[in-house]
Amino acid sequence: MKKMKSVYLLAVMSLILVFAAACGNKSEDGAAGGGDLSGKIKIDGSSTVFPIMEAVSEEFQASNPEVQAPVGVSGTGGGFEKFVRGELDLANASRPIKDEEKKAAEDKGIEYTEFELAKDGLSVVVSKENDFIDHLTLDELKKIFLEENPAKTWADVREGWPKKKIEVFSPGTDSGTYDYFDEVILEEKPMRRDAQLSEDDNVLVQGVTGSKDAIGFFGYAYYQANKDKLKAVPIDGGNGPVEPTPQTIESGEYAPLSRPLFTYVNNKALKDNEAVYEYMKFALENSGELASSDTIGYVSLPKEKYEEQMKKLDELAGK
Amino acid sequence: MALINKESVKKRMGTRLAANGVAKFLFILATCFSLLVLGVLIYRILSEGLPYLSLDFITNFASRMPERAGIWAALLGTIWVMAVTAPVSFILGVGTAIYLEEYAKKNAFTKFVQINISNLAGVPSIVFGLLGLTIFVRLLGLGSSVLAGGLTMSLLILPVIVVASQEAIRTVPREIREASFGMGATKWQTIRRIVFPAALPGILTGTILALSRAVGETAPLLVLGALAYVAFVPENIFSQFTVLPIQLYNWTSRPQEEFHMIAASGIIILLIILLIMNSIAVLIRNKFHKRF
Repeated sequence: MKKMKSVYLLAVMSLILVFAAACGNKSEDGAAGGGDLSGKIKIDGSSTVFPIMEAVSEEFQASNPEVQAPVGVSGTGGGFEKFVRGELDLANASRPIKDEEKKAAEDKGIEYTEFELAKDGLSVVVSKENDFIDHLTLDELKKIFLEENPAKTWADVREGWPKKKIEVFSPGTDSGTYDYFDEVILEEKPMRRDAQLSEDDNVLVQGVTGSKDAIGFFGYAYYQANKDKLKAVPIDGGNGPVEPTPQTIESGEYAPLSRPLFTYVNNKALKDNEAVYEYMKFALENSGELASSDTIGYVSLPKEKYEEQMKKLDELAGK
Repeated sequence: MALINKESVKKRMGTRLAANGVAKFLFILATCFSLLVLGVLIYRILSEGLPYLSLDFITNFASRMPERAGIWAALLGTIWVMAVTAPVSFILGVGTAIYLEEYAKKNAFTKFVQINISNLAGVPSIVFGLLGLTIFVRLLGLGSSVLAGGLTMSLLILPVIVVASQEAIRTVPREIREASFGMGATKWQTIRRIVFPAALPGILTGTILALSRAVGETAPLLVLGALAYVAFVPENIFSQFTVLPIQLYNWTSRPQEEFHMIAASGIIILLIILLIMNSIAVLIRNKFHKRF
């Protein structure tokens, strides 16, 4: 009987312990406040935009410790799904809002404004050891990636290239990266079925690095972090081959694979919640610099673009 | 009068021994293979993660700078969610098990419930996330809170706890129940004083193993709207939160290698938590296990 009591005791004690551990840290973050701004900002959406917003939130909260601005990663679609129900203040997106999402927002009476925070250059990459690809045209990209009579070997893409089987790597179909590539290069036709898809871009990096005859594409940040192993293929969009660099992406010369990264703001929240306005102002002032820092790896927009959007923001908030 | 034909036994002895040898070799190989994979995994995690592991790493919030980043919000989020999940799933799970084993009549309805519980144990976790989003987050208006997350996790592991508890209750021999009834005890008295204490080690082991599974889950919480960057710790069960696996997943999917390193450090912490939980399960089993 004694033994049983000690089992009960142990169970109760461990529960109490768990609760105590959870509750004991309440006052931990009550540091001295600098700014007098307070409030909560609800941010969710694209995992591609996430690093920028994480940086903005971190820096913003450093000067406004009373504001809580956590960031979620439901994905662009998942973020919009919540945004059009009015559950979010900011929805991050790696593509513009779709028509059906627009309609859903209208139905719920949600008004919103699109802001562009930075740019990403989708980089088409091959292994460093690949010595024959100097550039690719849009038609050649189609031959490589489309399901409709896909090129089997590199010789099918351009004459004089080796008769070696092409290995294709692509981000998964749920990602905004895939959507964007599919839209601007493949004209919304399906990608070849033998392409190896992965939701984790690091897997794609490994795949392309591992074979001389592999080709793949993903965000510029992944190319930048693996420059020693990968070669970015210059893309000829009609005006001669252009390599993705911060300059060509910023100027839009690296077309059509420069893609904008957005955040959508709920207009009502912008007007009613001072913290949302200050946060957006801070984001427009700093996202260029933060996004192009080494640990994030995107590209800043031209300065005028941020200033223009700042004016739009002030107008919306009635400042 | 030769019951055993020594000649033919002798003839087949060679092949039988060889078959035994092959089987033994295959099983050793299987064991070694899993051990090898585990070894490589642990070596990789330790060699990548140990250099970044420090007290600061545990007590800092996440950051855009890998060297400043930490897991404080995620660690406390995990503890908070578990603090909701553990009591809820334990009470509901063990309650269900006791009803099904002790009170319920063996009829078609019980059978139906039983089949459903077994099936639920195999439902992908993301489905529970969708359920949680519809019911707890939206219908009950709990928002993406610790409470909603904890309740969803409880649903996820309930079937496992129910099945484990049923198994544990079933191992309590009939004789001691009958002895209890013979002394004039009611059903409830028998359950409370005899069956439950005897089954408790098994029940607790199952519960802790189920909780260990919940600690490592990402998908359902992501669907619920659990966050990825949080610079505050939960204040109560209605706070927003993040958990360790979400933070780790986030870091491993980043392009920069430094983030992969700190993800490895986070994995070490998660492994330590799991190891502690599993050791508690083993301890309880060894200490209180009774043989009848």
